[in-house]
Amino acid sequence: MIQWRDEGILLSVKPFGENSVIAEVFTENQGRYAGVIRGGTSRKLAPMLQPGAQLQADWKARLSEHLGSLTVELLRSRTAQAMSGRLALAGLNAVCGLLSVVLPEREPHSDLYVQTERLLDLLPNAEVWPLAYVQWEIQVLSDLGFALDLSSCAVTGATEGLSFISPKTGRAVSTDGAGEWADRLLPLPAVLKGEGEAEAEDILQALDVTGYFIEHKVLAGLGGAKMPAARMRLIDALKRG
Amino acid sequence: MAQGTEDLENLIALMAKLPGLGPRSARRAVLHLIKKRSLQLIPLAEAMHRVGATARECLSCGNIGTIDICDICANEKRQNGQICVVEDVADLWAMERANVFKGRYHVLGGTLSALDAIGPEELRIPKLIDRCQSEGVTEVILALGATIDGQTTAHYIADQLPGITVTSLAQGVPVGGELDYLDDGTITAALTARKSL
Repeated sequence: MIQWRDEGILLSVKPFGENSVIAEVFTENQGRYAGVIRGGTSRKLAPMLQPGAQLQADWKARLSEHLGSLTVELLRSRTAQAMSGRLALAGLNAVCGLLSVVLPEREPHSDLYVQTERLLDLLPNAEVWPLAYVQWEIQVLSDLGFALDLSSCAVTGATEGLSFISPKTGRAVSTDGAGEWADRLLPLPAVLKGEGEAEAEDILQALDVTGYFIEHKVLAGLGGAKMPAARMRLIDALKRG
Repeated sequence: MAQGTEDLENLIALMAKLPGLGPRSARRAVLHLIKKRSLQLIPLAEAMHRVGATARECLSCGNIGTIDICDICANEKRQNGQICVVEDVADLWAMERANVFKGRYHVLGGTLSALDAIGPEELRIPKLIDRCQSEGVTEVILALGATIDGQTTAHYIADQLPGITVTSLAQGVPVGGELDYLDDGTITAALTARKSL
């Protein structure tokens, strides 16, 4: 019997049979794992199994390639916090939706886990949450091997006047370095440089950039996977203010 | 099972697929029905045949009935400008059992779910928007589950209905409930929605 116990964040739940569900949890040391929770639709368990819930998960299976079964204990629910506002709800959905799509199964991403937990705990703070979400998407890209390098210009090596980002390499490019290629580069939003007031408009520009890399680098390698609708709803919610 | 019992086996197999039944309980139910052939089996078979031929969704609200427009939608007295939006027919029936709401209903047929690729078009949200315009609706009451998916759907619908009062059911302590047994989320929601006495 193969088994582990770890703390994790519930990403999704799908009905399985009459009373059970297949749950997906993102754990600190095991990564994204799925398993069957017997009685997951019961009155006792169903309210616990809401996306974003912090759980203690016990997974076991006879063979490692089996789906396995999960037993969970609720450590902290984030449902009430998420339901406190439109942005928080959209944010929680976007985080869980994106992780479900882009994270490879059964591969530990401990740093990303820690940052995800911090991000979800910030949900009620609507002022800082959108900026934290942008930084989290940068961490997602980094963990998946597509880190953005915004420290210096890829062409000249300059650390000042960085205005663009290369859609191929994810490296910053200065105005001088861009030259006649400027129209083929992505604009580098001030938020990504750690500058500016991080207003809604700035956040949206930064999400355009991270969204580009998620779509063209991460999802492109996942056999036609699409950007989760939940992330688009988050962008709509940010636009509405 | 002995030869010549294919029909019985078929019936047991079909019954075993019903919610709450397995092969053993289906076998017990079939044996019981056969023993009460004239009292239960034949009336049940006839009722199922009739419902199988006539059951359909109400063209207006999505409730299940045996005519195109259900009794609730056909009742002029219930056109009071209020529509209560529910996730499923079972929720509509639960609201009707309470016998408090006197308006009309709209059954969505589920909730938005990004992971399961259930978008607004898969639900009956466009039909709800049409009804709000054509039936002179002044208030839409969202009676959706206190779940992440339920509330995501509620916010989406509220965004689609500018100019119409959109309300949702309160969340908090259930009738007969004791605080000691409530989860943190429910207590938080109840405290946020407290009212003065």
